[in-house]
Amino acid sequence: MTPRASSLFVKMTVVSLVLLLLLVAVMAAGLAMGSSGTRLDSIWTSLFANGTGHAMEDAIIWRIRFPRVLLAALVGAALSLGGLVFQALLKNPLAEPYILGISGGAAIGAIIGIILGLSRIPGVSLTAFAGSLVTLVLIIFISSGRAVVVKDALLLSGVMVNAFCTAVIMFLLSITQDNRLHNIIFWLMGDLSASQIQHVGMLAVILLPCFIAIFIYSNRMNLLLLGSDMATSMGVPVRRVTLVLLVITSLMISVTVSQCGLIGFVGLVIPHLLRLLCGPDHRILVPGCVLGGGAYMVVCDLLARVLPPQGEMPGGVITAMIGAPLFIFLLRRSKG
Amino acid sequence: MSPAIRIHRLHCAYPQTPVLRDLTFQVDRGELFIIIGPNGSGKTTLIKALAGLLSISSGEIFFKERSLKHYKQKDLARNIAYVAQADIADSPFTVQEMVLMGRTPYLGILGLDSRADLEIARQAIAFTGLSHLAGRRLSSLSGGERQRAYIARAICQHPELILLDEPTAALDLSHQIRIMDLMERMKTAQGTSVVMVSHDINLAAMYADRLLLLVDGRMAACGPPSQVIDERILSQAYDCGLLVDSSPAGPWLRVNLMRNDPEQNAET
Repeated sequence: MTPRASSLFVKMTVVSLVLLLLLVAVMAAGLAMGSSGTRLDSIWTSLFANGTGHAMEDAIIWRIRFPRVLLAALVGAALSLGGLVFQALLKNPLAEPYILGISGGAAIGAIIGIILGLSRIPGVSLTAFAGSLVTLVLIIFISSGRAVVVKDALLLSGVMVNAFCTAVIMFLLSITQDNRLHNIIFWLMGDLSASQIQHVGMLAVILLPCFIAIFIYSNRMNLLLLGSDMATSMGVPVRRVTLVLLVITSLMISVTVSQCGLIGFVGLVIPHLLRLLCGPDHRILVPGCVLGGGAYMVVCDLLARVLPPQGEMPGGVITAMIGAPLFIFLLRRSKG
Repeated sequence: MSPAIRIHRLHCAYPQTPVLRDLTFQVDRGELFIIIGPNGSGKTTLIKALAGLLSISSGEIFFKERSLKHYKQKDLARNIAYVAQADIADSPFTVQEMVLMGRTPYLGILGLDSRADLEIARQAIAFTGLSHLAGRRLSSLSGGERQRAYIARAICQHPELILLDEPTAALDLSHQIRIMDLMERMKTAQGTSVVMVSHDINLAAMYADRLLLLVDGRMAACGPPSQVIDERILSQAYDCGLLVDSSPAGPWLRVNLMRNDPEQNAET
């Protein structure tokens, strides 16, 4: 192995290990903290031994916190990775999972589900997923054709579809009354409170292959940054790579949004932060975003649970409250 | 001499707009072939078509006597390198990282390079005189240095044919000469065929083995500079007055532009 290839491996391993440790640490904190505190050794005993001996404590860890922490990690990983991929594909630093309007479609589907009085899971999740898929097909249909997936066409059609979805959402909100309005607003702000282990398992089954597929394409994302002509002349099938990454990422985002609602800024903050710390190589950034994005979302969800004196707030509020100032700081720092 | 690339009755069109019309010519191996012509004459379209980046309307492009469309993209990338006109000033990569990307056609999907790849990249960087800048980010280099880095990336592909779209555009005189000297050395030292687009006819006259003059997508002239650098041909092609004389700097022709005001030309 060359010094460079081995240094790439070393860097990839070090970054991944550090972020994995961080993720494990914040997941442990997420399991330990809540309305009732739990000792770390009790968590260990409950998860990996025969239980703590306290049925209530085991139930809190297994049925409430464990699925929620796992869901937060998966959601953060998917949103962060989605941002990274869209920023590379569109060569736009402001691109994130929601820029193509996929979240708008999911939101319409979810609101329709809530208005129809469907259960949160699987009813609202399924309608949200269906909404995002319709939007995805619509965007690909608009922006493709003879010049398959031209990045500006993709960006513009995404912005337009998103604007249309926002109008439909406002219309649906204006005709909705009673407690369904509260449910809609809570979902729109991003919420992980309705997590169940079987749904988290299903999400993981869909997301993990997406993470692996994107990692396989990570070096091609490096080449796409040189421009499509240069990448093509180096043997990269640009159209195919773009389309595959677009479909994988959109699927990843739509299933994620259908589970947790709209959570912003994760896809902006984590890729930019990691780029600043680890450089531009996507072979390092892809695993970094999966682990770092997961850790960030677990922390935000933990804060959303423990900060309010009573009840909890949507996780999307915390990701935006931390993410927006952090992004401005990163922007100023990169300009300097 | 056997051709490096052969073009037969090539037609290219953007939707409802024909750009290249009925072009037939060939570029010999180890030749420095420069495409000149007025704005909008189809130079960039032609070089992109030669690189396999555009679908052609009709005709054929043969590389090593095999149609370009029968090559797999990766095989083509191992034979033909392309340096685009656009300047990627905001690239986040260092010179070495970007040059090593030229090895992509020879590497696996994750692009993990071998010791040999690293050595090839080091030689390409040294050949273009950028060894002292290998660790610098592209965005921190001058236009001329960046252009040489892109050429080093193309060299790293180990191509038999290198295509460059206006590599000297927007460069100062010193960098223009350095780039053209580099092309000359690639031709003589490595036997690489070089096809490039240039707006600078004097520079083209100094270095080209042959010139192709495009006007409205058609071949107006093709041959050695002594045939193409002709007052009548060029003034018709560019629709302006000019004089051609021998350059005092060497054995090549020189094009002198004339002002539109005849009295001013007479005075000077």
